[in-house]
Amino acid sequence: MTGVTVRLEGLVKHFGRVQALKGIDLTLTPGELVAFLGPSGCGKTTTLLLIAGIYKATAGQIFFDDRRIDHLHPRDRDIGMVFQSYALYPHLTMFENIAFPLRLQRVPKAEVKRKVEQTAELLGISEQLLRRPALVSGGQQQRAALARALVKEPRVLLLDEPLSNLDALIRLSARAEIRRLQKELGITSILVTHDQSEALAMADRVAVFSVGEVEQFATPEELYKAPATTFVAGFVGFPPMNLFEGRFNGAFEAKGLKIPLSPGHPGGKGYLGIRPEDIRFDGEIAARVLLVEVLGKDSLLTLEAAGHILKAMSLEGMQVAIGDELLLNFPVEKLHLFDAEGKRIQRQAS
Amino acid sequence: MRRYAAPLLFLLPATILIVLFFLIPVVTTVFLSLTDISTVTFKNPSWVGLQNYRDLLVDPFIPKIFYNTGRYVGLTLLFNVGMGLVLALLTSLIPERHGDNFRTLWLVPRIMPPVVYVFVWQGLLARAPFGIISDLTGINQGWINSSPWTTIILANGFVGASFGMLIFTSAIRAIPRDLFYAAAVDGASTWQTVRRVVLPLLRWPILFVTVYQTLSLLTSFEYILLLTDGGPGLFKTTVWSLHAYKLALSNYFGNIEFGLGAAMATFLVVIGVIVSLVYMRVFNFRELVSEPKIEVN
Repeated sequence: MTGVTVRLEGLVKHFGRVQALKGIDLTLTPGELVAFLGPSGCGKTTTLLLIAGIYKATAGQIFFDDRRIDHLHPRDRDIGMVFQSYALYPHLTMFENIAFPLRLQRVPKAEVKRKVEQTAELLGISEQLLRRPALVSGGQQQRAALARALVKEPRVLLLDEPLSNLDALIRLSARAEIRRLQKELGITSILVTHDQSEALAMADRVAVFSVGEVEQFATPEELYKAPATTFVAGFVGFPPMNLFEGRFNGAFEAKGLKIPLSPGHPGGKGYLGIRPEDIRFDGEIAARVLLVEVLGKDSLLTLEAAGHILKAMSLEGMQVAIGDELLLNFPVEKLHLFDAEGKRIQRQAS
Repeated sequence: MRRYAAPLLFLLPATILIVLFFLIPVVTTVFLSLTDISTVTFKNPSWVGLQNYRDLLVDPFIPKIFYNTGRYVGLTLLFNVGMGLVLALLTSLIPERHGDNFRTLWLVPRIMPPVVYVFVWQGLLARAPFGIISDLTGINQGWINSSPWTTIILANGFVGASFGMLIFTSAIRAIPRDLFYAAAVDGASTWQTVRRVVLPLLRWPILFVTVYQTLSLLTSFEYILLLTDGGPGLFKTTVWSLHAYKLALSNYFGNIEFGLGAAMATFLVVIGVIVSLVYMRVFNFRELVSEPKIEVN
């Protein structure tokens, strides 16, 4: 089984007067797992349902390899899908749930049995096949939903928040398992999620959605290192990046703060960002500790500097208490600069 | 006793209604059925034991009426439940606003007084120049008299189907949207989705509508009374409840036989109970109520 190239071109979707998607262009390479990440209402699930064929696009085209498929009924698109609710048929046994797509294709009985048992084996739910979904655990329901999506050997696998109804512990193992299966089978896959740790951990590339648009489509590493917009900067990373609104003027000035920059930056209004873990404590920016949250090895500090609230990570072995005064250093090479529209300003070659 | 004071208090209104309108009438009916009370013997009825039941058994018309009742209930039920399902499915498939409008229209006969509703049917089915069907088809006949059973079943069915339609529509709406999406992705056509997903999930509402409609059809006779009055001819369309009504409350000969009518009514109660038990067995009632009807997680 080899995956296909999935190409979205100018996808627009209106619901009545509401413009849910403003034009999505994405190309997924074969066998890749791409996460659609964004807050609720950003259009990531809408995009998925357009690819599935549940919704019809207002404008735009969808291709699997070079075949246009956006006019086809879902059943002719050769996709498998896992729903957040799992959407298992409550009146059917786990076996019949998994067999359902094959029964509709009138696959011979013996082959249905073989394929269902093989897929169930792969997912470790062979023991539960004769039970109804309501009588097995959430994790097993989730596996059955995945088995049903995989049993017909689809060319594209769509995962709509497949893990968000699982307990935290099972979620971690399910994450790894889905990733392993997906790599093994080489199916081009799309994972819709609002959980950035899920997206960053599982995906080859992540498309970050804001209201109806893709803000950035890049590898997890790139998202973290070079967020394309302030939206991505504020959404990806835990805790999120500190962002200050101000003016570039040789240095960066935001009310009461003056942060030195490397030379060669344009002037004008804009934003400056720095990740909490990049802040050092050997500088000249005076800040007061408002809150200390112990996260294990480190602590997350909430600080106040010249009226700005920001977050920083404590260094190992550092003793901090509420009310302490610290002197912060924002290392020049760790700064992220954005223009007035929130778009990243490329670092000057140095 | 004190612990149960609140629950008992809350049960009281329903209990009073059941006692007043079910238990007392049943006991009275059974009691009356064991006497020879009629217009003639009204002041001093005498105890006759099972004589009324014996009379019914040997009445030459009773088998015919029994058969009529089965035919009426069975065919009307098929039409009611089937048509209710079809209407619910069709109005769920079209845009919601149109579906709602259509269902509202279909409810009009139900809120009409039965007498007015029957007038409409008579207007449709009378001889020319009064009857629309006769006018349109050019076949000039009294359609009610020429096909009394079809008329009765259709007249009942068009009203009765709206009940199933409403129940089934709300049940279809309660099915999680994801199940429809999943079925589409799994490769099901609309018809396959209906047959393999929707209908199995409607098992409980179908049972409910079937039981409810069976019981209400067994005891309903107003449309028959108004359309054919049990005719044409001798007992052609007379059903059990209509006959009981005539014996007990509206006897052409003037001698109203409360006792005999009560015996017929008692028999009907027994039939109703048996039918309900059979349905529960057939639809595996215990399993239906022990599991959630539709998963919503």
